[in-house]
Amino acid sequence: MKELDIEALVDNLDTVIAFIDEELEEAACPPKIQMQIDLAVEEIFVNIANYAYDPETGPATVRAEVHPDRSAVSITFIDHGVPYDPLAKADPDLSKSAEEREVGGLGIFLVKKTMDDIRYEYVNGSNILTIVKGLKK
Amino acid sequence: MNIIQERNADQLTLKIEGRIDTKTAPELDQVLQGALEGVKKLVFDLEETAYISSAGLRVLLIAQKQMNKQGEMSVIHANGDLMEIFEVTGFTDILVFE
Repeated sequence: MKELDIEALVDNLDTVIAFIDEELEEAACPPKIQMQIDLAVEEIFVNIANYAYDPETGPATVRAEVHPDRSAVSITFIDHGVPYDPLAKADPDLSKSAEEREVGGLGIFLVKKTMDDIRYEYVNGSNILTIVKGLKK
Repeated sequence: MNIIQERNADQLTLKIEGRIDTKTAPELDQVLQGALEGVKKLVFDLEETAYISSAGLRVLLIAQKQMNKQGEMSVIHANGDLMEIFEVTGFTDILVFE
């Protein structure tokens, strides 16, 4: 297991992605799955950076754990900002036309669609969000 | 991310190289704001685009809404991994892919 403690700023996104990619490359993750995991990590980290401590900033922890048999990876995001369960948000209505569709709100929906599991809990003042993704093709 | 603009009469093609993410999408948005005047056909060439997140999807949807008012828009050469992102978000129903 590896852990990155970092200020929750959009400017730090590249550092977070590089941290995750290093773990995934070590685990021989297929490129397509790596792209999907990068995407989920971006959406979650940017959400924390934009909303958890707004208008201030604060710390986040990103923890990556490749399962011992390299079959999957679990990535956990921890922040100490306002309680926020991203899974409680309604999914966008995909049946709407381009005109009717709202331009935002796709981030967490993409995470739900591309990851195998996503769990949220609020414990002792911390938001803890964990995603799990299989690493086999 | 690199954006290569090709303007041919009232057609504008934007070839996007690299990643369209939270940090780069605002630049694409800005280029679009300044480039769409008089454009009747807007083409996004994503052959060299390796990655798109919701921030990029947002910019494409804003462009589609604008082009609905003044012409047409299409997305070409998106690879299979990107197409999956467009599919799960319903973008294959609201954008034109060639």
